[in-house]
Amino acid sequence: MAGAIEHVFLYRDPSVVARRARLRLACNLVSLALAAVVVHWLQHNLGDYPLRILNLAAINVILAVSLNLIYGFTGMFSLGHAGFMAVGAYVAALLTLPQATKDVIFLMAPLAWPFNVLSAPPIVAVVAGGIVAGLAAFLIGLPVLRLRGDYLGIATLGFAEIIRVVANNIPSITNGALGLKGIPNFANNLWWTWGWAAFTVWFIARLVGSVHGKALLAIREDEVAAEIMGVRLTYHKMISFVTGAVFAGIGGALLGSLITTIDPKTFGFMLTFNILIIVVAGGLGSITGSVITALLYTVLLEALRPIEAGWRLGPLAVPEIPGLRMVVFSLVLLVIILFYQRGLFGGREFSWDWLIRKLERAAAGTAATAGAVERRTGATADAGAESEAQATRPGGGWSSTAGRGTETGGRGGASKRAPKGT
Amino acid sequence: MRALAATDVLRLDHITMRFGGLLAVSDCNLAMARGELVGLIGPNGAGKTTVFNVITGVYKPTSGRVLFEGRDITGMRPDLVCGLGIARTFQNIRLMKSLSVVDNVLIGHRVHMRSSLGSAVLRLPGYVREENLLYEESLKLLDDLGLLKYKDTPAGSLPYGEQRRVEIARALATRPRILLLDEPAAGMNPYESQMLVKFIRDVLTRFNLTILLIEHDMSVIMEVCDRIMVLDHGETIAEGTAAEIQANPRVIEAYLGVGYKHAGNY
Repeated sequence: MAGAIEHVFLYRDPSVVARRARLRLACNLVSLALAAVVVHWLQHNLGDYPLRILNLAAINVILAVSLNLIYGFTGMFSLGHAGFMAVGAYVAALLTLPQATKDVIFLMAPLAWPFNVLSAPPIVAVVAGGIVAGLAAFLIGLPVLRLRGDYLGIATLGFAEIIRVVANNIPSITNGALGLKGIPNFANNLWWTWGWAAFTVWFIARLVGSVHGKALLAIREDEVAAEIMGVRLTYHKMISFVTGAVFAGIGGALLGSLITTIDPKTFGFMLTFNILIIVVAGGLGSITGSVITALLYTVLLEALRPIEAGWRLGPLAVPEIPGLRMVVFSLVLLVIILFYQRGLFGGREFSWDWLIRKLERAAAGTAATAGAVERRTGATADAGAESEAQATRPGGGWSSTAGRGTETGGRGGASKRAPKGT
Repeated sequence: MRALAATDVLRLDHITMRFGGLLAVSDCNLAMARGELVGLIGPNGAGKTTVFNVITGVYKPTSGRVLFEGRDITGMRPDLVCGLGIARTFQNIRLMKSLSVVDNVLIGHRVHMRSSLGSAVLRLPGYVREENLLYEESLKLLDDLGLLKYKDTPAGSLPYGEQRRVEIARALATRPRILLLDEPAAGMNPYESQMLVKFIRDVLTRFNLTILLIEHDMSVIMEVCDRIMVLDHGETIAEGTAAEIQANPRVIEAYLGVGYKHAGNY
């Protein structure tokens, strides 16, 4: 049946699917345009401090969504994110550092080839950071992806620590514990960070929503059954792991540029845990959850700062307590996990389907007279759907039968999780 | 024992499977012709599921060969075995519980997907065409098996008997030529297993299958199987038709139990 030119679709009419995909695309483009206006306005009207927070939020979105691909969608408990970020950050930083800075900061050992001669524009540097991080993931994945569950977590955590220790000990590339300073600050720009965040969301949503993505979900649900159903475990796990690492590298590259200075301590395991918190609190297997939680997390961490400064509530005087915001923050997390055990969004995603359904209902209403006829033929086709499936095609019943089939469930798996207007 | 013929769909050739000191399967021979429904019975721990695991590539046998349509598939990776046309279900249902029924079936169909991952992410026309065909095929399969009403239900929330049927549907989605069913009637009441017998017969002819069936429910086995093979402690102790098996003293001793003939009315 595959490859048949005159294939008759009775259950899920491709033209309806395509029409809905177009509607979703339109919704996405409109919201992207609105988002662009907002970004433009924010970029010109916000102060430096709020801008930095929003940029950091975008980077957290990239990191959380990429970890969600590995952990939430494929079920691989990976704690190696900080390691991949470090790789991406160092590569991008070394490619963008001006020659003059390179000459000055490498005190312990001169910068090794090829980084002493290489230089690239920011976009190339970020992509390169992602690619090198992906390569690192591939190499570490070969032995490590055989492991499952907690064991995989420990192995990947070990990898991240190795990266950190290595970075500490090859001064001719990383400048050792002194780190790299004076990294060009191209990422302190909402277009940059949120552009990359939108791309990340788009890419991973498309990947997860495709039929291939179902293989990843299958691995998460039951590895043994997935393999029996024809899922090539090593290949699909590697795809997920490497893709996640590429975006982690990109996120790391942007982070390095945003804070303009990186050293091995930046990429400690607490960084991974922060991202893990976002992913779990947002909901494993929910891109929407990761995006919104990353935003909330970043903003909330800053918004809670005033409570550390010391304040009075009537007779109650709270002295200045550094770190108090983390206490409050932990309480918030605790409440989230207590009341939303599967995270804020569970496995659910934002989709435009409600709007599309509304539009379709409105369209059906205007064609009321035609609708009555169609519904009747539809009912006939319904009754004889199995035996007379082919026969109904030439009449008016075909489109309505197909329409019924799709209306009740047929939806483009991929387009449902189409990129949100970030 | 039937002579091994070249036209056999599946052939087990002196399969022995050893786990350390445990002999799980010992010198197991089996030949299945196209369209046959063979039962595999035996007490718990007799090595029935191990035979399935050897056929599907989960285990590589200690010695012996597995031939599928004349091709040696001994120790081949399970996903490749699946692609060749061998599908199975599990003793303890292993559906993708939080995924919808149609997604479960789609995962089965996915093995025949040709489009690359890249074209899937970009949603190129070739991929979209293939996705449409696979969805359509999945929904048609569900309709054929009377499961269409559940298509958007998470598989794990279905009643037990329906989960069994969805698991069979998922296995059928890989377009198998041979289907291995591991205790499909486990936990079913007599009425449900009666329905299951009908279902299996129906599936056998409609999908042009060859079926190897592990089952403890003797009414199912006796009613549906062309031939029965009895394992005990990894060894084949009998093989033949239902009547022959029931009359075999070794089988009665090892499995059916003394008194079975008098108590049962199969």
